[in-house]
Amino acid sequence: MALSEMGDSLSEASAEKFSAGASLSAESIAKPLSVKEMAVIAKRLRRHIITMTGRAGSGHPGGSLSAVEIVTALYFKVLRHKPRNPCWSDRDRFILSKGHAAPVLYATLAESGYFPISELATLRQLDSHLQGHTDRVTCPGVEMSAGALGQGLSFAIGVALAGRLNSQDYRAYVLLGDGECDEGQVWEAAMAAAHFKLDNLVAIVDNNGQQIDGWNRDVMNLEPFRAKWQAFGWHVIEVDGHDFTQLITAFDQAKQVKGGPTVIIAHTVKGKGVSFMENNPDFHGKAPNADEVKIALKELE
Amino acid sequence: MSQAFSLREAYGKTLVELGRENPDVVVLDADLSWSTMTHFFATEFPERFFDCGIAEQNMVGIAAGLAASGKIPFASTFAVFVPGRAFDQIRMSVAYSQLNVKLVVTHGGISVGEDGASHHSVEDLALIGSLPGFTVIVPADAIETAQAVKVAAASYGPFYIRLCRPKLPLVYDEGYRFKLGKAVTMRRGKDATIIAIGIMVAAALEAADSLKRQGIDCRVLNMPTLKPIDEAAIVKAAAETGAIVTAEDHLQHGGLGSEVAQVVIRHCPVPLEFIAIKDTYAKSGKATELLQRYGLTAKDIEKAVREVVERRG
Repeated sequence: MALSEMGDSLSEASAEKFSAGASLSAESIAKPLSVKEMAVIAKRLRRHIITMTGRAGSGHPGGSLSAVEIVTALYFKVLRHKPRNPCWSDRDRFILSKGHAAPVLYATLAESGYFPISELATLRQLDSHLQGHTDRVTCPGVEMSAGALGQGLSFAIGVALAGRLNSQDYRAYVLLGDGECDEGQVWEAAMAAAHFKLDNLVAIVDNNGQQIDGWNRDVMNLEPFRAKWQAFGWHVIEVDGHDFTQLITAFDQAKQVKGGPTVIIAHTVKGKGVSFMENNPDFHGKAPNADEVKIALKELE
Repeated sequence: MSQAFSLREAYGKTLVELGRENPDVVVLDADLSWSTMTHFFATEFPERFFDCGIAEQNMVGIAAGLAASGKIPFASTFAVFVPGRAFDQIRMSVAYSQLNVKLVVTHGGISVGEDGASHHSVEDLALIGSLPGFTVIVPADAIETAQAVKVAAASYGPFYIRLCRPKLPLVYDEGYRFKLGKAVTMRRGKDATIIAIGIMVAAALEAADSLKRQGIDCRVLNMPTLKPIDEAAIVKAAAETGAIVTAEDHLQHGGLGSEVAQVVIRHCPVPLEFIAIKDTYAKSGKATELLQRYGLTAKDIEKAVREVVERRG
């Protein structure tokens, strides 16, 4: 088989693998929602996150809850995607670098129609699509296998470079944790994205201020954070990461930036939406127990 | 000894051929393109060549992203840095992710010479061989290098191809066709088998010629695909010759010797000896001096063959 044929047949094979029998050509691009509609979705996602981690008895609710509005804005407003055709070549890519926030991505993919919402109940169970941290091989819609931090920005650079080489106009969005930015690889990648002038790449930092051992400023100070990204050659936008209007404006603005990458530093609250989880690093990697699930779901009615 | 040819140069020139055949072939390097010889590709296809600077972890991640987007990335640097410096990135973003990334690394083993232990990659085969789904190839000459690189480009999945720094004599002629996962019988023989990879194949042939003169009829197998290893050829050699010596420019731990031993002990236990580096780091010196100092010469192989033949009785 000639090499060029090989490439085609491989991508077709992998598209088939993920399409679960859906008719590829008939699937339409996901329709954007209004801010009001997104707020409803966001609440549903929070309930899923609580329910699925509670049922699993483990997982990472804190950093999932902080990213809810960011991920909702992307999947229900910003991204060009076809939930029934996850391997559509021209799709915008969302790369979750902070792989422990898998619950927010799984909930979003399910609500978008990538797989049935009922599957969320299988989180972390043996043979589930929904591994403890994201796995691109088993879960439709997951672009990257993550969980070891610091790797997503590099991956996103590869995705963005491929788009440019192919003259495709898709965009690569990558969500990083602020604590994740302790990793040296993030800064190797930050340097490279600017060097390669990737204006089809947008990084979002879920800047919830906390990591496992406590506040970032006590564990490993990231400041001056904005200045660091600027010094590495990035266009920086700061927003309230729970405000849909600000987020969407920032994503629109990023599209206008030419000649280099944009980072959106989204100021968020870890555990957002559940009183006893907010700003509580205990719930970084701990699931709510049965009583806590009840209280949390009541707060999220 | 016949004229020697550079495996690295064979790699670099093969990349150019692949680039002409397939626009999806892209190449990455980490500031060593004149040593790995990816510069040939960079010159002809500058838009498809990405120098990532001295940042191997980032290079591997970028390669993974390119592969996930349908490209066939070849990422190159020294064997000591990939996998050494970027092991977790290879594990997560390439192996676990089952992505079509080709890591072709140069300067494997102590034959690097004068740069010293910091640049002697003696653990890489153990590291990369531990990763599920990786295909691992160690070519024995320039002809096998070119063939293996083409096979890697045409086969889906993560590949690791380890080249050495020195030029090596040809052990094949131009008609040779590399077959993935297959050992190559370089010499027939019935008294013992030498299984070798990379730079040690030529030494194994030299040892076999010398042993023949001493009345020991040695089989020589080249095992270019270290993973998945050709179990059938190993079992056959054990059953038919009754004694095996392995030879590699790598630590004894976790390389060819370990792989062969696992197969032999399970299917057909026979006396074994291992020509490899013994749990130590080497020094600076000329490649030939180091190979002598650390027991990686034809003479060392000969001695080991006599030992296993004697043990078998």
